[in-house]
Amino acid sequence: MELLLALTVGILYAAGLYLLLRRSLVKVIVGLALLTNGANLLIFTAAGLVRGRPPLVEAGENVPQAPFADPVPQALILTAIVIGFGLQAFAMALAYRVYRESGSEDVDSLRTTEDPSISLPKVEAAE
Amino acid sequence: MRFLASLLLVASVFLLWRGHNEPGGGFAGGLMAASAFVLHALALGPDGARRALRVSPLFLIATGLGIALLAALIGVMAGDPILTGHWVTLDTPGAENLKVGTPLLFDAGVYLVVVGVVLNIILPLMEDE
Amino acid sequence: MSGLVALPLVVMLASSVAALAFLRYPKIQEAIALTGMVALVGAAGWLLAETWDGEILVLQAGNWPAPFGITLVADLFASIMVMLAAIVGLAATMYSVGTIDADRERYGYYPLMNILVLGVCGAFLTGDLFNLYVWFEVLLVASFVIMALGGGRPQMEGALKYVALNLVSSVLFLSGVGLLYAATGTLNMADLSQRVAEAEADGYMTAVAMLFLTAFGIKAAMFPLFFWLPASYHTAPAPVAALFAGLLTKVGVYALIRVFTLIFTTDVGYTHTIILWLSVATMVTGVLGAVSHNDVKRILSFHIISQIGYMTLGLALFTPLALAGSIFYIGHHIIVKTNLFFIAGVIRRLGGSYELVHLGGLARSRPALAALFFIPAFSLSGIPPLSGFFAKFALVRAAAEEGEFVALAFVLGVGLLTLLSMTKIFVEAFLKPASGEAPAAPASPGFWHYAPIGGLAALTLVLGFAAEPFLSAATEAADQLMEPERYIAAVLGEPQ
Repeated sequence: MELLLALTVGILYAAGLYLLLRRSLVKVIVGLALLTNGANLLIFTAAGLVRGRPPLVEAGENVPQAPFADPVPQALILTAIVIGFGLQAFAMALAYRVYRESGSEDVDSLRTTEDPSISLPKVEAAE
Repeated sequence: MRFLASLLLVASVFLLWRGHNEPGGGFAGGLMAASAFVLHALALGPDGARRALRVSPLFLIATGLGIALLAALIGVMAGDPILTGHWVTLDTPGAENLKVGTPLLFDAGVYLVVVGVVLNIILPLMEDE
Repeated sequence: MSGLVALPLVVMLASSVAALAFLRYPKIQEAIALTGMVALVGAAGWLLAETWDGEILVLQAGNWPAPFGITLVADLFASIMVMLAAIVGLAATMYSVGTIDADRERYGYYPLMNILVLGVCGAFLTGDLFNLYVWFEVLLVASFVIMALGGGRPQMEGALKYVALNLVSSVLFLSGVGLLYAATGTLNMADLSQRVAEAEADGYMTAVAMLFLTAFGIKAAMFPLFFWLPASYHTAPAPVAALFAGLLTKVGVYALIRVFTLIFTTDVGYTHTIILWLSVATMVTGVLGAVSHNDVKRILSFHIISQIGYMTLGLALFTPLALAGSIFYIGHHIIVKTNLFFIAGVIRRLGGSYELVHLGGLARSRPALAALFFIPAFSLSGIPPLSGFFAKFALVRAAAEEGEFVALAFVLGVGLLTLLSMTKIFVEAFLKPASGEAPAAPASPGFWHYAPIGGLAALTLVLGFAAEPFLSAATEAADQLMEPERYIAAVLGEPQ
């Protein structure tokens, strides 16, 4: 089981990195999502798998009966999933806005901030 | 539709309530409540959902954060480190020994924040169509 | 007074909630944000006073004992950083009051600024590795939104690059946390320090250390992972750029220093040598980028990178003196760099552009501004007796003592190039005759521009002319970092 999960983690990282290197903005964001989930699965797998023993305390007891699954990685993953969910939602909204502004989702065409020869628009209301 | 959305809202509060000792909690409950409003928005449009919500999603976030902060500070007022849990036992008819504590208050804050955040993301995207 | 540790966080959360509640009333938001920042400076000052003589304050959140619950720790280094964050936050909020447009205010600019500073303070104060990840995400989310708020195309593109690179960094950080937990079964940094020291030296820990180095290296904009910074910072409005430039990369540096003095100290010969050469490369590429540009904000952005190299150099040398130099450098840099971005905003306001070609004549029309620019600019290049000199001097001496003469040569050469590009801005924008392209009636900067600039310049002078107490505080903080036993004992209790 560990081997299978380890392979899955590897595939998720590899696919995520591959997509990150693509020029399409949508693929980059999907790649980020894959990477995040790969990391979650990595925490889950690396911390050790215990099958069918949730860390729940029986009525009348004070500690769960060993062996039980380590609850800490589950808490970590839960937090990381929540955070990742928020960040990906934001990244998608942002990519959508960029697409609307520039009419392109090719990463190569998003170079206005780096090329000194393209001067920034003069209107910056905030200054 | 109206029936389904109300059912989801009731179920979400139930999830929040049982969250302390059993699976559930503010986050899951909040997501469920948010999905009730999203369902409403899908059926009757985002404007209808905003009307049904009555307050702005950002206001929900502010209230939720405030409640969570309050829950964190109650322990400090009692002289313990921040976030320490405190419980009051209520003896109301029908539910003796009902324990109400700051973790529940904190979870209620989380619930409101989650509803606010999710709607604040989804509603503008729907209005953008 | 261990509850004090959480006070900065409570203050910031409360003021962001209050500001969020008054979203429709910009004036009230401004007042709340300013009050919150002043209160934060007060709280940070109190914290600093309590930890000044070397005491380490520890708060176990929720009363859960140390290795199990989340611990908040304020040693002197953390207190100094919180103080700096408070000062810069106050200055940026003041500058924002005078400049930020109503659109941004309606979309929650001030609550976001407060949440950003909340995340920064949390990252400085936490004693738990996963909690550090959470604070990082808090500050990142806030910074993402501020970065993208109300901007046109360049700002959106800059924000997108910033977001993408930082998400990758977060994933690497998270992977590192997971692997470390798998090997040690703990996330408390003090506990980790002991467990990692006991672990077998089979390269596993070194590999994990490299994951952390990459993750924090992206956030700190170290070579070769700095490309997101000059692509994004200069697109944001001046107070935002100033706050980001002053604080955000330094959170990465702080995390690097914390992790590589407390946890990963078992294979110093390998890890810290890598950091050394990365630091040198960071310094050199940063300053070369700065010299090759002609836009005030871009030059300043590249200088951030160059100076990150100095800060991590102190970590790489890994002696008390070098770390003291790093800490002093961080303090000096945060104040000076924020101020330079403010001044760049004023220059833009007066001259209508960030391009040096279009600027000129400001020394004649605004002599006070020229003087105010002179102080941080030449402090940045390390001219005595300004604050940058003492920071560089400590690093140079530490490098000489360690026999790293190649690094030493680069430090001095990069200092010279920094001076060159600062002089370039000074000559082009201030001394050169006006180009005639400036707007006929420039929007005159007012109190909210000059107050933060003047305040930070005064702080720079104090750091320079009365460097002694600050240097001794930096030395004490560095001693604490070099003796992690004190940190561990404070967090876990005295060893039985």
